[in-house]
Amino acid sequence: MVHLTDAEKALVSGLWGKVDVDEIGGESLSSLLVVYPWTQRFFEHFGDLSSASAVMNNAQVKAHGKKVIHSFADGLKHLDNLKGTFSSLSELHCDKLHVDPENFRLLGNMIIIALSHHLGKEFTPCAQAAFQKVVAGVANALAHKYH
Amino acid sequence: MALTQTDRALVLALWKKMSTNVGVYTTEALERTFVAFPSTKAYFPHLDLSPGSSQVKVHGQKVAEALTLAAHHLDDLPGSLSALSDLHAHKLGVDPANFQFFSHCLLVTLARHYPGDFSPKMHASLDRFLGLVTSALVSKYR
Repeated sequence: MVHLTDAEKALVSGLWGKVDVDEIGGESLSSLLVVYPWTQRFFEHFGDLSSASAVMNNAQVKAHGKKVIHSFADGLKHLDNLKGTFSSLSELHCDKLHVDPENFRLLGNMIIIALSHHLGKEFTPCAQAAFQKVVAGVANALAHKYH
Repeated sequence: MALTQTDRALVLALWKKMSTNVGVYTTEALERTFVAFPSTKAYFPHLDLSPGSSQVKVHGQKVAEALTLAAHHLDDLPGSLSALSDLHAHKLGVDPANFQFFSHCLLVTLARHYPGDFSPKMHASLDRFLGLVTSALVSKYR
C-alpha cells in the first residue's frame, strides 16, 4: 500500500492533470526500449525497433504506451488499493507474459523522467518524491501475484 | 558496456552546454535524491540537508567536478576515479545502490533543465555514462 500525505496526493493529481497522458505513455515506453534495449525482448512483434528514431516513431509502441499509461492512471485513482486494482494484470504479466518485475521498476523511472521532461520547473523534488512512491507502489502491486 | 562515439559526442556536447553550471544541476540532483530516497540521508548526518543548504551546494560542486573529470577521461574511468573509489569504498562505505538513486535524480534534473536536448538517444548516452562512472566508483569495493 502507498502512503501519500494529502499534500502529496494533491501534487500527484494536480500535475497529472497538466500533462498529455498519451504522450507521457509513448515517451516512457520508447525511452525504456531505447535506454534498456533488452526490454525489447517482449516486443519483437512490434516491427522496427532498430534505432532510437524507429522506436520513437513506431505506431505500435505508441499504442502500447497509451494502453500502459491509462492503466497506470487508473492506479492513481486507487492509491489505497493498488494490489486489488492491479491483481489481474499481475497474474497476466506473470503467467502469460513472463515479465521480470524489475521491468516495472525501470518503466516507473522512465515515467518519472518523462514527467520531469514535460513539466520542467513544476516537477519539484517534492513532486518527484510523491511520484516515486506511486511508481514503487504500482511496481510492487504488479509483482504481487508472482509465483 | 562501453561508450560509443555517439555517446561520447552527446555527453560532451551537453557538458559544454552546461559550462560552469554543472554544480547547479548536481546540487539539485542531490536535493532530489535526499527527498525522494530518504535512506540516502544516512550517509550525511554531519550535513545540513534542508533545501537550499550551502553544505549540500558544496557537496554538489565536488560531485560536479568528479563528473566533469570523468566526462573528459572516458578512456580511463577506473584510473581517473581510482582515488574516489578508494574513498567511497574504504572510508565512506556507501552501498552501490545509492549511486543509482543519484544517477536517476541527475537524469530527472537534466531532463527538466534541457528538455530540447534530452532526446531518447541523449538519455541513453547519459545513462550509459553514469553507469560506467558508477562501475568505476565501486571497482575497489571488494
